[in-house]
Amino acid sequence: MFDDFFIRALVAGIGVAFVTGPLGCFVVWRRLSYFGDTLSHSALLGVTMAYSFEFNIAISVFIISSVIALILIQLQRKTNLPGDALLGLLAHSSLAVGLVVIGFLTFIRFDIMGLLFGDILAVTVNDLIIIWAGGALILLVLKLIWKPLFASTVNYELAEAEGLNPDRAKAIFTILMAAIIAISIKMVGLLLITGMLIIPAAMARNISDTPQKMVLFSIIGGLLSVIIGLFSSLEFNTASGPSIITASLVLFILSLLKIKQSIQLKN
Amino acid sequence: MGTNSNTLVKLKNAGYQQNDKWLVKGVSLEVEKGKIVTLIGPNGSGKSTTAKIALGIYKKFDGEVEKYTNKIGYVPQKVSIDWTLPLRVKDFMVLTENLKDDAIDEALSLTGVVHLKNKNLGNLSGGEFQRVLLARAISKKPDLLVLDEPVQGVDFTGEIALYELIKKISEELNCGILLISHDLHTVMSATDHVVCLNGHVCCSGSPIDVAKNNEYKALFGEQAAQTLSIYEHKHDHVHSHEGEIKKN
Repeated sequence: MFDDFFIRALVAGIGVAFVTGPLGCFVVWRRLSYFGDTLSHSALLGVTMAYSFEFNIAISVFIISSVIALILIQLQRKTNLPGDALLGLLAHSSLAVGLVVIGFLTFIRFDIMGLLFGDILAVTVNDLIIIWAGGALILLVLKLIWKPLFASTVNYELAEAEGLNPDRAKAIFTILMAAIIAISIKMVGLLLITGMLIIPAAMARNISDTPQKMVLFSIIGGLLSVIIGLFSSLEFNTASGPSIITASLVLFILSLLKIKQSIQLKN
Repeated sequence: MGTNSNTLVKLKNAGYQQNDKWLVKGVSLEVEKGKIVTLIGPNGSGKSTTAKIALGIYKKFDGEVEKYTNKIGYVPQKVSIDWTLPLRVKDFMVLTENLKDDAIDEALSLTGVVHLKNKNLGNLSGGEFQRVLLARAISKKPDLLVLDEPVQGVDFTGEIALYELIKKISEELNCGILLISHDLHTVMSATDHVVCLNGHVCCSGSPIDVAKNNEYKALFGEQAAQTLSIYEHKHDHVHSHEGEIKKN
């Protein structure tokens, strides 16, 4: 059944949505959307490395994104620049360096659009294995660090004082972010991965009153976005990433109606 | 001060500096099981900083901290819950420890807010939120409670009840309490040991000793004198059944 490219894309997208759902909630809660952008922009460099050394793209992107995250943490400690300036610096410089390196790799034909915005034709059976195995691993680790990560998201000092080791949870979460970007880059494209993380989560926030519900709705929103997005990508011959993100935007707008309702109820 | 088996946390000459400025320096204190140690002092005198050193929130401190327990309940001075996080009171109660439903109910009943269990944390009033914070800290039956102005924003009658509750908890659970408070006369009546801070320890001892101390009087002025009279007044009247105070 995986012979059909569309089935492969669908299975891949569903796997990605299961992981971006819960991670996306933390991205929204911890205000990490710009951080997500930085990691995903640096992924381009990872892709070029993969092509240069004929290496697996997901692993290469994972390594480069993790390195960028480490550099960011070091820069935060050693300089007095504000966090968003450092994020911007890393995001744009790694994107620029990635594009420059592509310029040098004249012997390889690049599908830049596919890289930036996702390409459902490019998903191979190998990618499926990476997405589902990697995704399961990410979710397992997230479950293990859930308590300290969530507690420190609510209040860092409470978590630290009561012995939950929030710094370790944060470091592991950063690695999970690099991992999700690595496994979803082919589907959504590196410019739009953060959208896949935050838009379903933002939609879920509008219709949830508990963290568990928000995670659940975020997963459901992601799944619907992938399914609707991919079908319309096939139908209208549009790039997969923008189609998925547009679908999630529509869901977000629908969720605003619910907010409007509940505000009216309160008044 | 020799360390005994009742010691929960002990600071030796502890200090903390931020941006080359000492927030607090040279603090020595010890919290034992079943005892209440209170930090008092004006704004910016390093009370919260001292608590955070004791809790291990600040890691690059000066001096020594010995901690003999990991079962800690903490009520921070400031907690703000973001709208992006949908959180009900009962979700907040299990933040750092998995509790059964009846344990949640029990703790919330003690602080008088069990009816708020399913409410969104963001919709509580300041006083209600403070009661939830306290309930969460005691629900895990900690060995050490660190309470940073636990009754701020609570109405006057509630305040007295909560201080009584804090005292009761320290006796029932036999836990040690490090309390930070502005409320001088409550402090003076419910505390075993008072540490008066002003960037450093300006005096410490039993409540009555501290109240008589000249540095304390200089620091708190008029209010201190009043507290002393309230304290002694109270002491005269409730002499017989508040033996704990006299013990010090």
